[in-house]
Amino acid sequence: MKKILEVKNLTMNFGGLCALDRIDLDISEGEIVALIGPNGAGKTTFFNCITGIYPPTEGKMFIFPPGKARKSIKGLKPNQVTEKGLARTFQNIRLFPNMTVLENVMIGRHCRMSSGIAGAVFRNKATVREENAIVEESYIILQKIGLSEYVNEFAKNLPYGAQRRLEIARAMATEPFLLLLDEPAAGMNLRETKELDELIVKIRNTEGISILLIEHDMKLVMSLSDRIFVVDYGKKIAQGTPEEIQKNPVVIKAYLGEDFDA
Amino acid sequence: MIKLSEIKKSFFVSLWFMFLTFPIMVIRVNPIEKIVEWRWKNLFFIGIGSFLLSFVWRYLFKRKEAGMKKAEAGDDTVKISFYQKIFEEPKIYIPGLIVVAVVVFAFPFVFSIYQTNIMTTALIYVMLGLGLNIVVGLAGLLDLGYVAFYAVGAYSYALLNYHFGLSFWLALPVGAGLGALFGILLGFPVLRLRGDYLAIVTLGFGEIIRIILENWNEFSFGPSGIANIPRPGFFGIEFSIEGATMFMYFLMIALTLFTIFVVNRLQNSRIGRAWIALREDEVACQAMGIDKTKTKLTAFALGATWAGMVGVVFAAKTTFINPASFTVWESIIILCIVVLGGMGSIVGVIFGALILILLPEYLRAFSEFRMLLFGAVLIIMMVFRPGGVISSVRRTYRFEGLTQKSEK
Repeated sequence: MKKILEVKNLTMNFGGLCALDRIDLDISEGEIVALIGPNGAGKTTFFNCITGIYPPTEGKMFIFPPGKARKSIKGLKPNQVTEKGLARTFQNIRLFPNMTVLENVMIGRHCRMSSGIAGAVFRNKATVREENAIVEESYIILQKIGLSEYVNEFAKNLPYGAQRRLEIARAMATEPFLLLLDEPAAGMNLRETKELDELIVKIRNTEGISILLIEHDMKLVMSLSDRIFVVDYGKKIAQGTPEEIQKNPVVIKAYLGEDFDA
Repeated sequence: MIKLSEIKKSFFVSLWFMFLTFPIMVIRVNPIEKIVEWRWKNLFFIGIGSFLLSFVWRYLFKRKEAGMKKAEAGDDTVKISFYQKIFEEPKIYIPGLIVVAVVVFAFPFVFSIYQTNIMTTALIYVMLGLGLNIVVGLAGLLDLGYVAFYAVGAYSYALLNYHFGLSFWLALPVGAGLGALFGILLGFPVLRLRGDYLAIVTLGFGEIIRIILENWNEFSFGPSGIANIPRPGFFGIEFSIEGATMFMYFLMIALTLFTIFVVNRLQNSRIGRAWIALREDEVACQAMGIDKTKTKLTAFALGATWAGMVGVVFAAKTTFINPASFTVWESIIILCIVVLGGMGSIVGVIFGALILILLPEYLRAFSEFRMLLFGAVLIIMMVFRPGGVISSVRRTYRFEGLTQKSEK
């Protein structure tokens, strides 16, 4: 299978603290990959490094956009990374609370639009067409995610689970080939988690978007992922299929402690 | 039913007010005749007045809190729909607009030159408010040095006219351009800053511009300023003072309409959405593919453009400028206009400017108390309508249904 993301030797130091220590990770086309590890293991830092929020201390990061040559994403700004086709959601919901659901998704389409100041002032035909088009495109995305009933609501008034899904919808609006989900099931109840599980599979199958997710809900991780990477204290301690990870003694130790006798 | 505890509370309020206002309301020192006048009657009025007003205050406060509880329970639709009705119902707003247009057009013919002049000043502040509204209201960048761009515009006309005889009509776009340029100049160093830090830096920037103008005598003629700036001509017609005032008034009306048009278009566009997203959440905004640098710089530049343009008008209107017109106080007044009027709302900013500029003028009847009353109005407004006079009339994008093409 064709690789779409390759991370080599990624290291991130905050002063004396080594948050990520030479992490290698790769994702192939159409895969759902999970990144797990105890709290404070460096999972979100890893996301922040890939998406350009933190500049990594060391290491290489490459993407292989479909139909295009290999590109390094090291040193790019977050918006440039998104433009290249990597979109993310946040662990603590970061929607635009005072904008409507539709507008939130429209913001995601921003980087795929081109009208500038002159277009805004003169509102020429091309701008009007573009504006009308993104309203419809955004609505279609909301339909796919199952949020079309909330289209004109303010984002802050949405129920929690819907807010989480709106984050995914907004990320999808940027037309990514790889979606990075940071704890998408956090705080969800059983039913919502199950819906999310189906949604993620649907995104992969029908949209052809590969997914890298951070998640603590092991049931979800095991049922969803093709492969799992485990980090602890900034180091990668294991990788493999869900079955392999479940049996891996190092992982069990990291999660349950030294003296655990199974 | 008025409870005893409430009366007690009001009694202490009035006592406190009597104590606070004692020095200014009661004692009057006449230094020439060396006598001190004690005006005990005033103290009595203050006491009674504040006693009664405290009841009104409490009543309004209760009403506001009840309203807030209602809103928290998810019942805030009622309030919004009231404003939207006004602005979206053609039956209401079209006659309204016609009335406003007639009043605006007839104003200089009905009222005196003095009144027209005040109106022109108010319109200048409307434009400044609309410009700052882009930076503060839409993009959420607290800018306390906005007056610097106003000064840039005014001085660019004054100096270019003094040295090169540049006409008003040419200076207008030049002033706007220079304003935008200075907006970008200020924008670059403050890209990383937000909130309080940004406010402090912009405050400093405003002061730097003013101090340069005050001290660089060779360039700006220092505190003595520049006099004899020509009023705008109109195809070679020479105006009398009266005619010139009227012309300035209509010029400002035209420019204000132009500003409203452009700002409205900008705010309902791709760029406007990006500004609002930037205000709402900077990190998420960037992660969604919006270039933070570019968006912030366009906000600063487009905001400053209006200040530069209106600065040119100001120089032409007063025919004399010096750095004293561009103090921090001006920046704060403009910021008050935006906040009081309603951040991000064009109609709100217009109301804010009219209230804040016209109120002190018409409060002249109360001479020495007018700034006190002005302050009181600000406080009352912010307590009871923290969102501004007219808030949340921003047109949101609403989905009205798919067109046939994409309908399945």
